[in-house]
Amino acid sequence: MLNAKIPSGPLENKWADYKGHCKLVNPANKRKLEVIVVGTGLAGASAAASLGELGYKVKAFCFQDSPRRAHSIAAQGGINAAKNYQNDGDSVFRLFYDTIKGGDYRAREANVHRLAEVSTNIIDQCVAQGVPFAREYGGLLSNRSFGGTQVQRTFYAAGQTGQQLLIGAYQALERQVALGNVTMYSRHEMLEVVTIEGKARGIIARDLVSGQLERHFGHAVLLCSGGYGNVFYLSTNAMGSNVTAAWKAHKKGAAFANPCFTQIHPTCIPVSGDHQSKLTLMSESLRNDGRIWVPKKQNDTRKATDIPEEERDYYLERRYPAFGNLVPRDVASRAAKERCDAGYGVGSSKQAVYLDYADAILRYGKIEAGKQGRSNVSEEEIIAMGKEVVKAKYGNLFDMYEKITGENPYEVPMRIYPAVHYTMGGLWVDYELQTTVPGLYALGEANFSDHGANRLGASALMQGLADGYFVIPYTLGNNLADEIYSKAIETTHPAFEEAEKAVSDRINHLMNIKGKQTVESFHKRLGKIMWDKCGMARNKEGLEQAIREIQALKKEFWSDVRIPGEVNEMNTELDKANRVADFIELGELMCVDALTRDESCGGHFREEFQTPEGEALRDDAGHMYVSAWELKGEHQWELHKEPLNYEVIKPTQRNYK
Amino acid sequence: MEHYHMNLNLKVWRQKNSNTKGDFKTYQVKNISSEMSFLEMFDVLNEQLITEGEEPVAFDHDCREGICGMCSMYINGKPHGPWQANTTCQLHMRAFKDGDTIVVEPWRANAFPVIKDLTVNRSAFDRIIQAGGYISVNTGNAVDGNALPINKDNADNSFAAAMCIGCGACVAACKNSSAMLFLSAKVSHLALLPQGEPERKSRVMNMVAQMDKEGFGACTNTGACEATCPKEISLTNIARLNSEYLGASLSADK
Repeated sequence: MLNAKIPSGPLENKWADYKGHCKLVNPANKRKLEVIVVGTGLAGASAAASLGELGYKVKAFCFQDSPRRAHSIAAQGGINAAKNYQNDGDSVFRLFYDTIKGGDYRAREANVHRLAEVSTNIIDQCVAQGVPFAREYGGLLSNRSFGGTQVQRTFYAAGQTGQQLLIGAYQALERQVALGNVTMYSRHEMLEVVTIEGKARGIIARDLVSGQLERHFGHAVLLCSGGYGNVFYLSTNAMGSNVTAAWKAHKKGAAFANPCFTQIHPTCIPVSGDHQSKLTLMSESLRNDGRIWVPKKQNDTRKATDIPEEERDYYLERRYPAFGNLVPRDVASRAAKERCDAGYGVGSSKQAVYLDYADAILRYGKIEAGKQGRSNVSEEEIIAMGKEVVKAKYGNLFDMYEKITGENPYEVPMRIYPAVHYTMGGLWVDYELQTTVPGLYALGEANFSDHGANRLGASALMQGLADGYFVIPYTLGNNLADEIYSKAIETTHPAFEEAEKAVSDRINHLMNIKGKQTVESFHKRLGKIMWDKCGMARNKEGLEQAIREIQALKKEFWSDVRIPGEVNEMNTELDKANRVADFIELGELMCVDALTRDESCGGHFREEFQTPEGEALRDDAGHMYVSAWELKGEHQWELHKEPLNYEVIKPTQRNYK
Repeated sequence: MEHYHMNLNLKVWRQKNSNTKGDFKTYQVKNISSEMSFLEMFDVLNEQLITEGEEPVAFDHDCREGICGMCSMYINGKPHGPWQANTTCQLHMRAFKDGDTIVVEPWRANAFPVIKDLTVNRSAFDRIIQAGGYISVNTGNAVDGNALPINKDNADNSFAAAMCIGCGACVAACKNSSAMLFLSAKVSHLALLPQGEPERKSRVMNMVAQMDKEGFGACTNTGACEATCPKEISLTNIARLNSEYLGASLSADK
């Protein structure tokens, strides 16, 4: 069932050879070929714009009111590229190696190498579009470092890199809309994939304003619908981020790969109470300068500023001297959990650790005094100067922290705790980003392919744009070259009728339950099961229990959910119910996947499999494969394994000490 | 920081759809924590309404971290509420006290018709971007990113303009419903960069024409937009826009 279609030949030539030999579609034929793009984040907007530029007839869909709102916009820290502008030893190979290692040897070599290769083109393209990256005084691009690497290869635009990159892609997309090459459908949600003779040939979408169902034909369908972190209810994802598009594809036969690989981000603002609707990330770039610590004494109730230096435990620096506060996300998250579980947590909930800028403020203040050639500067002045420097680098993040918590992070250390942030798993795709359903593609976070079991910081933006700008324009052409004789299929075709009817029946079913419990309450309960039993640490017993609980929750949902309002109007509760119903089914699969993976790797930590020091214990002999799940019926999946062959890199125990 | 709980009266604009007339409805919410965000308080209200068999209030929101630009409530007479440089989703309930009455309306502007309750249609902004808010460079055409050094001041000012999140608070705050701050932010972002130079004149002419076509009002320089902008986009951008527009209008070649 799984053919990854990895080109033969040496790793560094695969992509060049592929591009040199793939089939092309001539411009006259491109005009006759229609492509549907679902989602307009970095992957979707860049794909829709690039395919429109090439001359394909593109229809793009997003559930937000404008394509510019997609959650890529919230990425703060930066985007990696192997430019080696800093002359610090970076290269395509180094970026490739760091990404494979960071992913704990569960990603495909060929895909990751291609990602590293095109990373440099992305920066060039974005600069050409007018993305205002941070620059040095000489006018050249600035870089910073990020977790899991020892070079400075991250490009950034203050703390809103995602926003600036997405605006670049959005503007390119709007340009194609103006030129008539792309038709944009905002406030639309895809609710079904239409397949004809085994190929994806369109979608059923719901207009979220009128509530009407619409049929749209495409010679190919691209899902760029992002990740599924909201299965945990609380995550750093946007409120609307959902798995529905990907899940519909899964139900139509697309295999779902490594669903249990979720990333828990170490630096988020802790939960403040039951009312919490989402969690907010504080960029990983803060770990560049901030130091993470907890008190050495358990249940220490003193204020952070009253705890003297010698009574603080900088546990990341202690455990991982080589990488210190810049260890990869999975390692940093587990270390925070370990300290809090052991009773060293801080804040009222005790589920938090400190991220402290006092040292950085002093250090920068001294550098600033030095720059100005001043000696004999008072400590207050140094601190004031240091705060200015920190403000210039991280001001918007500090402001955000203060707005949410009411505390001033320039004066007291921030409190942080890990939160669900990204999902490495997703629809299984081959080298061409095609799922197991021909004609159906998955790009960006929606696919599984590049990050293995743990994604490095500043790599999500890179992957989304790589897929959309530089991969799909080639790989889609290679497949559509065989479709130039396929005429557009009328949406009166029985397959469209049936698909629409199935969607309509499901919506009516949901509306007619008229139960007592709100959609939100079900979502919260699902989230709690997932966080407690399939979160940062998992074990066999817990996962088995979670599966039973989720199955019961599903029954309860379908018999007692209450959705007010009508079908044929804007109905935000119905939108949510459609999504939560899919999250419930996905949650079960995630637990099934976590249960079968009898090892710890990256973001997947099974308590039964750890080293005496509490580090993740991989089982390369038994589990060096991608788990691709095929749906066989309710609560039933068949596991297909795609072996991972490391031809270039020798997998070793990850060591950040 | 001391946390507290409060009971509130909410006067919320309810409107079934764009074809019906709306009006204010009054609701009470109880035991609201000062640690909640404003939208979490609305979540509480909506859960309460659903349980009572009523329809929840429709409102736009997505990222809930102040960056996507989707949330858009007019709170006690101010877009995004009482805090400076803030979005509705980042407004927290410690801004209010027990017993307060809070009035919540949608953005009010002819160019932003109400879709339902507090949700409005801001697609006019997308069409203004379509008129020229981009640099015409197809994928694959780029030279090396460092081949074009950019003066740091220009890069920083361009970034400061590019921080606009397209929420529309500037329009909602303006007595003329002018979109000049939004438009000037995009024109400035691109005009300050060498990459934007080739289309500099046609861009500003076409975008202004589209803005007028959408039915936004004229700018009378009251500065209400700048005062309310969550990203503190500066009025200087409007001055720059005017100068770009004048320059382009007087120029023989567009």
